[in-house]
Amino acid sequence: MHACEPIAGLRSYGKGANRTILDCLFRRIGEGKSGFSAAAGAAGAGSLFRIALFGASGAVPLAADKKGLGIVTTASSADHPTRRDFLYVATGAVAAVGAAATVWPLVSQMNPDASTIAAGAPIEVDLTPIAEGQDIKVFWRGKPIYISHRTKKQIEAAQNVQVSSLPDPQPDSARVKAGHDQWLVVVGICTHLGCIPIAHEGAYDGFFCPCHGSVYDTSGRIRQGPAPTNLPVPPYTFVSDTKIQIG
Amino acid sequence: MSGPSDFQPTNPALKWIERRLPIMGLMHSSFVAYPTPRNLNYWWTFGAILSLMLGVQILTGVILAMHYTPHADLAFKSVELIVRDVNYGWLLRNVHACGASMFFFAVYIHMFRGLYYGSYKEPREVLWILGVIIYLLMMATGFMGYVLPWGQMSFWGATVITNLFSAVPYFGESIVTLLWGGYSVGNPTLNRFFSLHYLLPFVIAGVVVLHIWALHVAGQNNPAGVEAKTEKDTVAFTPYATIKDMFGVSCFLLFFAWFIFYMPNYLGDPENYIPANPAVTPPHIVPEWYYLPFYAILRSIPNKLAGVVAMFGAIIILAFLPWLDSAKTRSSKYRPLAKQFFWMFVVVCIGLGYLGAQPPEGIYVIVGRILTFLYFAYFLILLPLLSRIETPRPVPNSIADDVLAKSGGKAAPMVSTVIALMVAGGLLLGGADSARAAEGASKPPAQKWSFSGPFGKFDRGALQRGLKVYKEVCASCHGLSFVAFRNLAESGGPGYSVAQAAAFASEYKVKDGPNDQGEMFERPGRPADYFPSPFPNEQAARVANGGAFPPDLSLITKARSYGRGFPQFLIDFFTQYQEQGPDYVAALLQGYEDKPPAGFNLPAGSYFNNYFPGHAIKMPKPLNDGQVTYDDGSPATVAQYAKDVTTFLMWTAEPHMEARKALGLQVFVFLILLTVLLYFTKKKVWANAH
Repeated sequence: MHACEPIAGLRSYGKGANRTILDCLFRRIGEGKSGFSAAAGAAGAGSLFRIALFGASGAVPLAADKKGLGIVTTASSADHPTRRDFLYVATGAVAAVGAAATVWPLVSQMNPDASTIAAGAPIEVDLTPIAEGQDIKVFWRGKPIYISHRTKKQIEAAQNVQVSSLPDPQPDSARVKAGHDQWLVVVGICTHLGCIPIAHEGAYDGFFCPCHGSVYDTSGRIRQGPAPTNLPVPPYTFVSDTKIQIG
Repeated sequence: MSGPSDFQPTNPALKWIERRLPIMGLMHSSFVAYPTPRNLNYWWTFGAILSLMLGVQILTGVILAMHYTPHADLAFKSVELIVRDVNYGWLLRNVHACGASMFFFAVYIHMFRGLYYGSYKEPREVLWILGVIIYLLMMATGFMGYVLPWGQMSFWGATVITNLFSAVPYFGESIVTLLWGGYSVGNPTLNRFFSLHYLLPFVIAGVVVLHIWALHVAGQNNPAGVEAKTEKDTVAFTPYATIKDMFGVSCFLLFFAWFIFYMPNYLGDPENYIPANPAVTPPHIVPEWYYLPFYAILRSIPNKLAGVVAMFGAIIILAFLPWLDSAKTRSSKYRPLAKQFFWMFVVVCIGLGYLGAQPPEGIYVIVGRILTFLYFAYFLILLPLLSRIETPRPVPNSIADDVLAKSGGKAAPMVSTVIALMVAGGLLLGGADSARAAEGASKPPAQKWSFSGPFGKFDRGALQRGLKVYKEVCASCHGLSFVAFRNLAESGGPGYSVAQAAAFASEYKVKDGPNDQGEMFERPGRPADYFPSPFPNEQAARVANGGAFPPDLSLITKARSYGRGFPQFLIDFFTQYQEQGPDYVAALLQGYEDKPPAGFNLPAGSYFNNYFPGHAIKMPKPLNDGQVTYDDGSPATVAQYAKDVTTFLMWTAEPHMEARKALGLQVFVFLILLTVLLYFTKKKVWANAH
């Protein structure tokens, strides 16, 4: 189209080229041609908003079109805002809001449902059956939780490490509850890629992950291998000396 | 008509793609530059509406499949969990279930439109046949989808429909066994139906592409039935058709939303809120409303094989329509006789739909046979005959002439046909309604419920009192297995705090285990637990209750209903009355008579109840004045107990009812605004096209 020059003040959708296209578009409709041009085609299957805007273009009368007043952006209509412009923008905006609001439930449904959330309530674990040197695995929110009854030797090994030399520096005291040094409670999921480490394995008598060789010590701290951080400690409290509540 | 596009993007990146895959040119020539006749009326927007509905069904269906379990033991429960626990699960399920009805509603209008305006005639025969194939696929998909919730109607619908194939000579039984994957309808059947229900919509989408392709080769038909000749006859698809379609879609969405948010069970069968039971057939097997006319044809014919052949023939015959009707004039507007017979045919179809929902006895059978004959006569006798003897009125020279000629505005006939269609459609729905008219029982009086109507809310006091009545009286025999203690603290419920719900739960003993010793044990209930059932299994319940099985009450107010009769069910659609279930339950609880009326033979171990179908109920009078102590000063009467416990049971049947109605209001405000805006936008866009 020969006479399609960019219009000063028109807010374009993207590259400068599109401006010309839009202009052509309006002109062609103004002339009663059935064909549309580039931008309309590209966006035709897109959002309602876009379509509504192009819908707008169809009604631009010739006179207005020659001055480029039919263009639907605020900038273009600044000098002569018309009722038509307002209508098209309002329709497009309302449709866009509707489309956005429709997406919400469609995405929200993928979050855990109410029964899953309810099943993730805190659990209580009785520690009496766990002998010194033993550990058990319980499940909370679908995750294995290791509860280790550590021996003196293990506790000392965990405490007598230079914390600053660790990949993820953390003293043992920050990983157990005060006065309950013998109980280590950690989420048994390797912080590398989610495998389950084996207890009482590896060079530090802690945990060893068979997938990619991460080694954790008796405090569940990462010592060797690709895992970036220590085994996380889940939220838990001692209800009594022999009972904890996880969660 | 949509030849190679001269479309060329200017953006270099798009250009690069376009040279290798001219997809933008294809889209442009198909949905932007594509010339549409300028005289299309709103019946033509149903094509767009159907595309939308297919998209909506696929989208919500894929989402529901993320939460659904296709197993005979778990399917019913998983659907209930979707509705109760999944975020917006109730919305998605309502959209999908009502969406099926809307899809068929739209496709019937689309088909009748094609029939009226002769859209099947040369050169659109293949287009029409593709449409018939889509319709058949839709029926198969809809049927299999209806089986998935695994309620009573699902199960027995599956049984009846699969048994149709047993009519096939020699191979019938083998075919049916093949469909079932067993000796009867069961878990394998459910699994394959789920698989196919997931597959077929994509097949439909594929055939829709062919349908649109064929449409774009032949070009659209139009109310005048003359082909577009010059540029004056057409307008560009975008913006003219798109904006008009969007306005049509928006109006349709208003209609759709009325069902989703306010009448979600209006088109459904209460029986389907009862889990599938292979031992008991519901008293009336009624298919979904959109199959009723064909069901009526099936039942009209006293021979099994002939009935099945007639039923399928009634659909297949549509594919031969282009050759049965050889009249040169397309549009019935210019065919004075065909036009009248068309409307008679519409009435015949609706009449068949009405009969499909009636019990197959007496006058209904005779009328059914007459209408079945008329149905086939329309295609096989009338249309071939008319095309030979009818003298059509002259058609306009061109579409442009047609547009000019009717600038006077012919809105009135349109409106009257719309009204006629709505009344007729209502009659069809009413058919389904009257099928469940209570036999041998009084009609429960319609009560005032706080939760009825578009702004209805549960009365918290009634919910709390009802819970007490349930716990102290009903719970000794009836379970409430879909309700968890945590629900008591959820918004829209009885309004307890989380701590109160936890305390309430801890009063119950819940079986758990196995423990480390491998034994089951009892522990206090937690908020996540469900109300424990009073009996370990159905057999134990029957032994304890003189052979009767006290039903689970979670869904009872949705699983019970009664016929409202004509024209009440039509009024109900507008007043949003859907409290038949609560009416029935409340009436039943108060409907006991100490002595049966003279002449009524009450079986031993039964009690007389005015509202129970057949009057002889196994449950003794459950409520007596003063039986439950209320703390809030409400009267301790049977009437009050009945009302409270029914309110409570309505909440257990639909815990998110308040959320549904609240969201419905927002959606309606939005849709009305959008529709008004689209209407004016459409007017502006079309201002220079007329």
